[in-house]
Amino acid sequence: MPQVSLTVNGRPVKVEVEGRTLLVQVLREKLGLTGTHVGCDTSQCGACVVHVDGKSAKACTLLAAQLEGASVTTIEGVAGADGKMHPMQEAFRDNHGLQCGFCTPGMVMSAIDLAKTNPDASEHEIREWLEGNICRCTGYHNIVKSIQAGSAAMRAAK
Amino acid sequence: MYDFAYHKASSAADAASKAKGKSDAKFMAGGQTLIPTLKQRLAKPSDVIDLGGASDLKGISAAGGAVTIGAMATHAAVAGSADAKKAIPALAALAEGIGDPQVRNRGTIGGSVANNDPAADYPAAVLGLGATVHTDQRQIAADAFFVSVFETALKPGEVITKVSFPVPQKAAYMKFPSPASRYAMIGVFVAKTAQGARVAVTGAGNGVIRMKSMEAALDKNWSPAALDGVKVPAGTCNGDIHGTPEYRAHLITVMAKRAVAAAG
Amino acid sequence: MGADGIGVAVRRKEDVRFLTGRGTYTDDIARPGQTYAHILRSGQAHARIRSIDVSKAKAAPGVVAVFTGADMAADGVGGLPCGWLVKNKDGSPMKEPAHPPLVVDRVRHVGDQIAVVIAETRAQAKDAAELVEIDFEPLPAVVDSKDALKTGAPQVHGDAAPGNLCYDWELGDKAAVDAAFAKAHKVAKIDLFNNRLIPNAMEPRAATGDFDPASGDYTLYTTSQNPHVIRLLMGAFVLHIPESKLRVYAPDVGGGFGSKIYHYAEEAIVTWAAGKLKRPVRWTADRSESFMSDAHGRDHHSHAELALDKDGKFLALRVDTTANMGAYLSTFASCIPTYLYATLLAGVYTTPAIYVEVKAVFTNTVPVDAYRGAGRPEATFLLERLVDVAAREMGMDRVEIRRRNFIPTNAFPYQTPVALQYDSGDYFSTLEQAQKAADWAGFEARRAEARKRGKLRGIGISTYLEACGIAPSNIAGALGARAGLYEAATVRVHPTGTVTILTGSHSHGQGHETTFAQVVSETLGIGIDQVEIVHGDTNKIPFGMGTYGSRSLAVGGTAIVKALDKVVSKAKKIAAHLLEASVNDIEFKDGKFTVVGTDKSKTFGEIALTAYVPHNYPLEELEPGLEENAFYDPKNFTFPGGCHIAEVEIDPDTGVTKVVKFTAVDDVGRVINPMIVEGQVQGGVAQGIGQALLENCVYDKDGQLITGSYMDYVMPRADDLPSIGVATHTTLCTHNPLGVKGCGEVGAIGSPPAVINAVVDALKDHGVTHMDMPASPQKVWSVINGAHRKAAE
Repeated sequence: MPQVSLTVNGRPVKVEVEGRTLLVQVLREKLGLTGTHVGCDTSQCGACVVHVDGKSAKACTLLAAQLEGASVTTIEGVAGADGKMHPMQEAFRDNHGLQCGFCTPGMVMSAIDLAKTNPDASEHEIREWLEGNICRCTGYHNIVKSIQAGSAAMRAAK
Repeated sequence: MYDFAYHKASSAADAASKAKGKSDAKFMAGGQTLIPTLKQRLAKPSDVIDLGGASDLKGISAAGGAVTIGAMATHAAVAGSADAKKAIPALAALAEGIGDPQVRNRGTIGGSVANNDPAADYPAAVLGLGATVHTDQRQIAADAFFVSVFETALKPGEVITKVSFPVPQKAAYMKFPSPASRYAMIGVFVAKTAQGARVAVTGAGNGVIRMKSMEAALDKNWSPAALDGVKVPAGTCNGDIHGTPEYRAHLITVMAKRAVAAAG
Repeated sequence: MGADGIGVAVRRKEDVRFLTGRGTYTDDIARPGQTYAHILRSGQAHARIRSIDVSKAKAAPGVVAVFTGADMAADGVGGLPCGWLVKNKDGSPMKEPAHPPLVVDRVRHVGDQIAVVIAETRAQAKDAAELVEIDFEPLPAVVDSKDALKTGAPQVHGDAAPGNLCYDWELGDKAAVDAAFAKAHKVAKIDLFNNRLIPNAMEPRAATGDFDPASGDYTLYTTSQNPHVIRLLMGAFVLHIPESKLRVYAPDVGGGFGSKIYHYAEEAIVTWAAGKLKRPVRWTADRSESFMSDAHGRDHHSHAELALDKDGKFLALRVDTTANMGAYLSTFASCIPTYLYATLLAGVYTTPAIYVEVKAVFTNTVPVDAYRGAGRPEATFLLERLVDVAAREMGMDRVEIRRRNFIPTNAFPYQTPVALQYDSGDYFSTLEQAQKAADWAGFEARRAEARKRGKLRGIGISTYLEACGIAPSNIAGALGARAGLYEAATVRVHPTGTVTILTGSHSHGQGHETTFAQVVSETLGIGIDQVEIVHGDTNKIPFGMGTYGSRSLAVGGTAIVKALDKVVSKAKKIAAHLLEASVNDIEFKDGKFTVVGTDKSKTFGEIALTAYVPHNYPLEELEPGLEENAFYDPKNFTFPGGCHIAEVEIDPDTGVTKVVKFTAVDDVGRVINPMIVEGQVQGGVAQGIGQALLENCVYDKDGQLITGSYMDYVMPRADDLPSIGVATHTTLCTHNPLGVKGCGEVGAIGSPPAVINAVVDALKDHGVTHMDMPASPQKVWSVINGAHRKAAE
């Protein structure tokens, strides 16, 4: 079985994979990083969004074998080393941007990428950005508010 | 997903050589269509050859009246390219509207064009701008490239290396996304070029097509109103639960007029 | 109000684990030696199975076992039961055809379970499932409930349900209604179809069965809203495992909306297979499987007539509904279009006579059961659409006709002609508050402005009511319920004064860990960080009925309050002993027990410690310890209500309809955490807008599910929805101590008619009087285009 070496949340890892093994399977089943979720099988819901080399990507739509040498960050890796939550995580908590929590990791990872790409996105831009992240609980209202607040906090921290 | 042997190619030539002798090798660009297809067990390739490491397939440049985009340029790269935005803003805007941000971060122009999904956006730009598809073997004009649904002029083992788009005088793309999948239910790319107007339609169902009747009308009068008299037959389009052929044919007119208006 | 008490928008306690990826959902739980199950499902809507050959699959790499319905039947496994017996008009019982976890010789819908393949990996199980050989004899299928009732229609269950009829039920006084119609000034009529929806909680269902050969104990990890109900149904009726040997654990659950109430086949399959194999068996649905195996919602055809007098007063309502049950009866399917639908048809109005007939029908489709609102959205949509039609018929203002028929604020308790007695409400205030917030008065200016931009703008209103916390058990039992409708709670005070609450309610997004802790904080005067809420594990919690029908706070919360009352009562006795005072002189306030009129006091923590270290303690009169249970069976439903106003804009060129402004003013009773209430309403409204504009489950005539993934089923996304303005206006529930009513479903109940009424308003110049949901771009365009064509002819 081929091996792939990559960095996950700053830690180098080496795992055995089949050609067909997806990144999300490596994260959840081999590395025990179950914060990255699988909500659909058509690559549309975004519950599995992680960062690959700093950009958001769907862990269900990447072969593990593709990621030789890549750096992957999951929801478990965004808080500070001291355990302090990322400003985007804090903003979701402050603004009740989550209910059941299932879409939340993907939502937060997508939101952080947005805040980096477009630090002062309008409500309209945020809603468009979230095309690949489906939430069934919140109606998105508070997610939009959370991302606005989280982006502002990230701008302020710069 | 059925299992397959995975290979990473370092260049277009390496990819072509790795494909040789395999019973059913598939090239993978960004994988944003191929992987979902494999997950549904709709394809069973023996080998998947990943072009992600082919450094010769990247890059975006504008020169000599054309914008040239490496096959492995992501949609996000095209959307953010200063060269593309300056030379053909409609092309950058189209890339900005493909899929969702995560698809745009991984999906590529080469993959999209080679796959020729009947609801994909890029084929409309390639055909609408009269682009040239460059492969490791030859150059193919857009009008000869798209053959049928999911079918192109590419031969087995042939690798797209880049696509060059001549800079038009004006152009715009308007998409009516399917409410569920968000793929183009109808997308219309219009361009005013030195050789005349071009109108390409994606999403109608039978692969990307040129609307010659609209082109003729726009050649006479480049304005949205010029399209009022152009009847789009319902037979141009397929139907599904989200749109009958009649509705889609109507949307072609609406989107074409809006595109012409946006192009200015 | 303390810092963490009732009425404070405190941040949720559960959020940190969800936000850092440390939630524990069923599929996150790995068990040593685990295997993976793949369910082989029918691709055909209706077929006889001549034979199944699993030999090749059994021989495939990694395969541990392959089981079919015959294997389960041979083991004496029972069918999945239905929890509510509805009776026909003539008093005879409804038809309950068998519902085996794995079919034996016939499949009845696309997605029906045929076999289970269990292997060392998920991929191996799937690979092997392709090797199962089945010889099918295709049978004609029927998907629409009205078609299923026709003579000669394909028979889903043959003699077990002749004519595909599950039941033919009625409610109300037919003679009184007929008499009222006979003297009506006008009759408003409507025919409508309430579209079938697919719930789509973001966490797909999952179940892991585990068996300990040493003890003989079974454990089922499952995505359930009510683990004790699953333990009861699966243990007693399906697998015949005594409760003492069966643990059902529903850990973090990623949304339910009703779809995770029911006892599903996969739960029984993995538990049974784990016992057979003596290894854990895991199953997690692919989303495509969810589409064809999670119970669907709605799917009603209705004809309704409203009789009015010359002043626009409602005289009587007559409703005839056909409800699609799908291929089998899901756990609570039968009560949705009856006791949770017909009983709601009085709405907020004084209609004196109502008669409802409901036929429930089997078809070759996925079973239909409760989905957010469950019966009440169907009733509300019908009524609120019909009232708009009536206003138009009468030439009356839509708001005025509603006001004229509202139940007066001083008329509570109010007995409706359809069995319910409302305890409280103030429909005038919620209406006025919503009209103000939505700037109803300024709408025509906005319509004119939109017209200048080429857009058709409309405004719609819905003044609705719903019923939560279905109860009481004895009355429900008399009406056919086969379960109790109480809730249970344990308050366990620890020696240092911290508190663990064990509740039968289940949280899958509702925020119970916070809201319930706020109730405890308010009562005991301790911070919410001193309170731990435990739910979901039948080995820990008392026997409870779980979470559905917006009942958690009204029923589960009340059980907690009752148990807290017992704790406080006992603690007062301990305090009286320590303070050498009479218990009648002890006052408990802000976490302190004080002898009235003195400064002598003991803190809650001191009392707790004394209870567990009873050195100075009245041991002759009082047991040590401080832990109390309560079961609470409500006297009545609660009745939230309110007013929703939607404003839409239609692009006439494309038919695209957008909700541009949405205002909800709801009376949910006392609000414990306004932030959470707001979120619940927004989420409900989003699902309501989804039903009204986007979502639709479509089968083709052969029973193939066309909308089987997010490629075809329109899930509301962020850019489909507006910001949703939410406010509350409170009247207290009169029969529970918190005065709470429930907020989980109001959004999904009140909003669909508001949206469609707005669409119809926007299109009123196009001759539109009704539009079925969803008002999709194509449908709206066709209507406009049809009208254009007509105008041109």
